[in-house]
Amino acid sequence: MRKLPDTRPAHSLISGRAGSATRHESAHKHVSGDALYVDDIPEPAGMLYGYVGLSSIAHATLKQMNLDAVRTAPGVMDVVTAKDLPALTDIGPVFPGDHLLAEGKVNFHGQVLFAVAATSQDAARRAARLADVKYEAQQADLTLESALAQEHFVRPTHTQRRGDADTAIATAPNRLSGHFKIGGQEQMYLEGQIALSIPGEDGSMLVHSSTQHPAETQKLVAEVLGLPMSLVTVTVRRMGGAFGGKETNANQWACLSALLARRTGRPVKLRLARADDMTTTGKRHPFHSDYEVGFDDEGRILGLNLKLSGNCGHSPDLSDAIVDRAMFHADNCYFLPAARIIGNRVKTHTASNTAFRGFGGPQGMLAIEQIIENIAQATGQDALDIRQRNFYGPDGRNVTHYGQTIEQHIIAPLVARLTKTSEYRQRREAVRAFNSENAILKRGLALTPVKFGISFTVQHLNQAGALLHVYTDGSIQLNHGGTEMGQGLYTKVAQVVASEFGVDLSSITCTATRTDKVPNTSPTAASSGSDLNGMAARDAARKIRQRLTEFAAEKFAVPAESIQFANDHVSLGAQRITFAELVQQAYLGRISLSATGYYRTPKIHYDRANASGRPFFYYAYGAACSEVLIDTLTGENRVLRVDICQDVGQSLNPVLDIGQIEGGFIQGMGWLTTEELVWNEQGRLLTNNPASYKIPTIGDTPPVFNVELMPDSPNTEATIFHSKAVGEPPLMLGISVWAALRDAVASIGEHRTAPLLDAPATPERILAACDQVRAARGERQ
Amino acid sequence: MISFLLDGTEHRLEQLDPNTTVLDYLRENLGLTGTKEGCASGDCGACTVVVTYPQGDALSYLAINACITLLATLDGCQLLTVESLARDGQLHRVQQAMVDCHASQCGFCTPGFVMSMFAYRKSNRHFNAHAIETALGGNLCRCTGYRPIVDAAVKMYEPDASDSFSKGTLATLRALEGLRAEPSTPSCAADGRNFLAPSSASALADALAANPGARLIAGGTDLALEITQQLKQFSTLISTARAPELQKVEQSADTLSIGAAVTYEDCAEILCTHWPDLDELLRRLGAQQIRNRGTLGGNIGNASPIGDFPPVLIALDARVELQSKTGRRQVAMADFFTGYRQTALGAGEFIRTIHIPLPHSDDWFQVYKVSKRLEDDISAVCGAFRLRYRAGTVEDVGIAYGGMAAVPQRATQTEAALRGRPLSQAAITDAMNALDRDFTPIEDFRASADYRQRVARNLLQRLLLVHQQGDGRQLRVSQYRAGSPHA
Ligand SMILES: Cc1cc2nc3c(=O)[nH]c(=O)nc-3n(C[C@H](O)[C@H](O)[C@H](O)COP(=O)(O)OP(=O)(O)OC[C@H]3O[C@@H](n4cnc5c(N)ncnc54)[C@H](O)[C@@H]3O)c2cc1C
Ligand code: FES
Ligand code: FES
Repeated sequence: MRKLPDTRPAHSLISGRAGSATRHESAHKHVSGDALYVDDIPEPAGMLYGYVGLSSIAHATLKQMNLDAVRTAPGVMDVVTAKDLPALTDIGPVFPGDHLLAEGKVNFHGQVLFAVAATSQDAARRAARLADVKYEAQQADLTLESALAQEHFVRPTHTQRRGDADTAIATAPNRLSGHFKIGGQEQMYLEGQIALSIPGEDGSMLVHSSTQHPAETQKLVAEVLGLPMSLVTVTVRRMGGAFGGKETNANQWACLSALLARRTGRPVKLRLARADDMTTTGKRHPFHSDYEVGFDDEGRILGLNLKLSGNCGHSPDLSDAIVDRAMFHADNCYFLPAARIIGNRVKTHTASNTAFRGFGGPQGMLAIEQIIENIAQATGQDALDIRQRNFYGPDGRNVTHYGQTIEQHIIAPLVARLTKTSEYRQRREAVRAFNSENAILKRGLALTPVKFGISFTVQHLNQAGALLHVYTDGSIQLNHGGTEMGQGLYTKVAQVVASEFGVDLSSITCTATRTDKVPNTSPTAASSGSDLNGMAARDAARKIRQRLTEFAAEKFAVPAESIQFANDHVSLGAQRITFAELVQQAYLGRISLSATGYYRTPKIHYDRANASGRPFFYYAYGAACSEVLIDTLTGENRVLRVDICQDVGQSLNPVLDIGQIEGGFIQGMGWLTTEELVWNEQGRLLTNNPASYKIPTIGDTPPVFNVELMPDSPNTEATIFHSKAVGEPPLMLGISVWAALRDAVASIGEHRTAPLLDAPATPERILAACDQVRAARGERQ
Repeated sequence: MISFLLDGTEHRLEQLDPNTTVLDYLRENLGLTGTKEGCASGDCGACTVVVTYPQGDALSYLAINACITLLATLDGCQLLTVESLARDGQLHRVQQAMVDCHASQCGFCTPGFVMSMFAYRKSNRHFNAHAIETALGGNLCRCTGYRPIVDAAVKMYEPDASDSFSKGTLATLRALEGLRAEPSTPSCAADGRNFLAPSSASALADALAANPGARLIAGGTDLALEITQQLKQFSTLISTARAPELQKVEQSADTLSIGAAVTYEDCAEILCTHWPDLDELLRRLGAQQIRNRGTLGGNIGNASPIGDFPPVLIALDARVELQSKTGRRQVAMADFFTGYRQTALGAGEFIRTIHIPLPHSDDWFQVYKVSKRLEDDISAVCGAFRLRYRAGTVEDVGIAYGGMAAVPQRATQTEAALRGRPLSQAAITDAMNALDRDFTPIEDFRASADYRQRVARNLLQRLLLVHQQGDGRQLRVSQYRAGSPHA
């Protein structure tokens, strides 16, 4: 065997261990344009372009679909409708209801009616607009209000209970009730939905898909084509953002491109133009909150009746779990001595709403935060005091409304810390002073906490696999079931493996997530990516390290316990050889250098019938303090300063974690401020492109933006390196901006009137709330 | 023939469908996939590329949206893409700064940010936090929250802007001169669809007369959307960009005259000298990529009820000079819009020049743009106010609003309520009531009619407050931002 050149100095310090501030594995490729997304893959010979025709009505019977003009359009090679489907026709991920192609009925404006394959993207898009479709319109339920009133649901209502809420409220010294509307949110991943399917031997299909859930994409492609799953391979190297919008919503395009590829025998790429993407795919669920709360004179909640109604759109998709998660987070950090939380899954004739970072959690949390704010005005106290007074505490105040005991009490010290570092109390005074001197511009300040439950609430999803190969030159190829969408999962998992072997991160190559490498995986979702895949990869690494250790112990006659892997070397008693040397020796000694890894989350269980159990392995905590400025003549506003403290346990990678926190915060802020979804009276989405749907820009990033990771806070559960999940929780820090805007409005009425400020707090809603508070003040005077 | 440089390589195209965008050409024809498509409507910046062209003995570097720039309009320019930056395996300092600051997550927006930052760096603009936001406001990132991108912009900035491109300036200038020296009317055609760029105003008039079905194109920032969103295929496009008369900015004793094909970028400075309050509007009109391409003529010609410059120009009593084969005439800006997306332009007529009376020493001008998002958003309401305030009374007044009617419109009754009176609360209250008679606002996804009405009234209130307080900027949230004294 060839002698290996030693490329590193013997005692150099290696980089990229778990816990180090390592850059994203693809950063250099992102900046040079070398990072390939599905649309950038060199196009295979003979490739066709798929496109879809969308319905132009929200609810109807399909009377006739004349596709002659589509078929004869220049470049068109194939057209498919529901009639042509060979096997599975409904791709609902959990429950049925999501037709791959409309069958006799249209359930929302923008539903896919047919698909076409043509010789260019342009030809396919043009042809798809030529259909002549006759509908028989039916009464459409387009608003949450009307559908809720008629009890149109996609899934049965579910209730969580603790104690006797009605009595607690009835006997409480103070009561409030109200109605609050929470808007949805478009994921707006910068890379739109796309799939490229390449037919192969034996009817097999290779699908490059921008999907968060390759295993499900594989299963559905197989079922739609009538193939065993073993003939379908789905692969994804990276996504240009996903945020939940590619958890189930990537499947349709993969299935359609595969179907067209199967029918034409040619590779087919299907990429949606932005406006069609935004029209036909699901978004964050809009919610309504109806509540009744009883509290003592200090603002302590004694009882809560809360009805959370999520607008699921026309089909269940993931809505059962999403509304459940909203209910699980309706306590946020607050102890509810008695509570009844009802979750409705409302059916409307709109696109089926789906996963989006937080998965219902943000809506549940915002609902309780709005109640807290109202209690603050009702009791005439600072909202922060009300929040702190309601925190979970030890003994007697540590059990959630679904029966899980809070074990780690992090939020109180975390908020105390942030109150200090953000100088909340001093700034409260400064804000008051500013507001008393300024009639038109008003400042607002708010500090809001986040507690987010980590684990899929669907138990079987809490498992993961990995595949690790060590080659004879010591280089390592890593594969696992998690997908890379920008969050840095590949980097973190590689760091885990580097740490196990004590090698430099550069020894490890991350390879595209593929269903033929690691099978039967879960979606990369629920913030679980590194918790699950990091553990699975460590399992694989430990298997190989164990084999290497046993081999070395025998070969070099040293005790196994004394063998150490560090700095690209292995210490064997007095001897020290490079990792690569040991690997070579092991190969010659016929030791397997490849292993699979597996992990399943322990401890979790949940009895949904009784709405009780421990659905979450642990909670991730955080808090944000935001200061804003509003113009009470126009509702225009700015965020001036933000301070965040986030509990990430013992960080696997502080720079990536801070990136998740900042990005999540801004995304949450966008949800609650400028990002407004508007439909017309026919159910057509009007805000279907970035010209009309406004996500934050660089100018919206607060000029002062301090982010701190909670120090000395290792996860007490045995997670990977005692880290905590960080993908979703920071999104809910954005609630502080909404609360601060509301605080600024409330200042007009000396905080005595509760502003009615539905989300998103657009300039228009802020101005209306200003007018409402001004009117109330006028009445008082 | 259309000819341009891609990096250092000449591309000469005779057969080119004029509807072809730079983005499609790069990705589909050349296989250069570093430049991304995020929206194909100019709103996300993922497709940002840079064009350079000679300006004296230097090169101007402009960031543009490849998705809504028609390739034919790049004649005589150099095109640089994200693939152009790294040299000899070395990342450009802009790229390196993005890596070092952890400024990419999913990476899809990153090539666009790199190119915007590169253009900003090469343009030798002021350097401060506000300037960074202005330069990068047209690039959306859904992942990072932008903070590390701002860090990268700070990090990449060094007083000495020289890089591998600086060394190549002379060669590029020479190559571009070569291209530009060739026969003077660029044109191309494919599948019976033509592109023409006449080289004088009269040639433009002739071309329009000869091609009755033709559409004019200036920067194309509005027009290209018809191609990428509505899938239109124009059979003849006539560019206004090559006629020197339409590129002129001239100032006489009492008038500023701006050619219809002058971009926002090129007239911003002189406009702000005379009307300083336009500075904010110009920073918030579209984004840098849009301002580098978009023109006043296009803004007016587009005849949108929510265009930002029409209300300004109406309030300033501007006149537009129109030209056709039969001659030239002038129309008051206030009379130019005749109905929803209808104008006074006759067949074969184009906008040649916009004439704006220069302000008197007693003139006071304010413009307020109100939108859902502060940067790169279309106005819900845009109000422009010109007041000549002499001896304690409003001697002359021009007020116009966008977003308040089917066309940008003068507020004649509101003006009347103020004219000849001191600027007092009583006068403003009357003006606010008159405003209700002047307008029936539009209603859309940007804002309700109620909100528009409310805001339009309140802007009059703000006008009074600003008048009373002197430094009106303190009254605008837009002034409380990174790098500003108020933040
Ligand atoms: C992302 C984005 C953001 C934008 N933001 C704003 C904004 O904030 N405010 C705003 O006002 N606009 C905005 N716009 C619209 C647009 O950029 C402006 O209206 C711009 O001024 C158009 O100029 P142009 O040169 O690109 O016009 P083009 O697209 O070239 O032309 C527009 C129309 O005018 C006609 N036309 C052009 N020149 C002439 C002429 N000389 N005579 C007669 N007709 C002519 C064309 O035929 C066409 O119908 C935005 C556009 C985009 C894509
Ligand atoms: S692709 Fe979004 S601006 Fe060009
Ligand atoms: S890094 Fe994903 S959009 Fe910017």
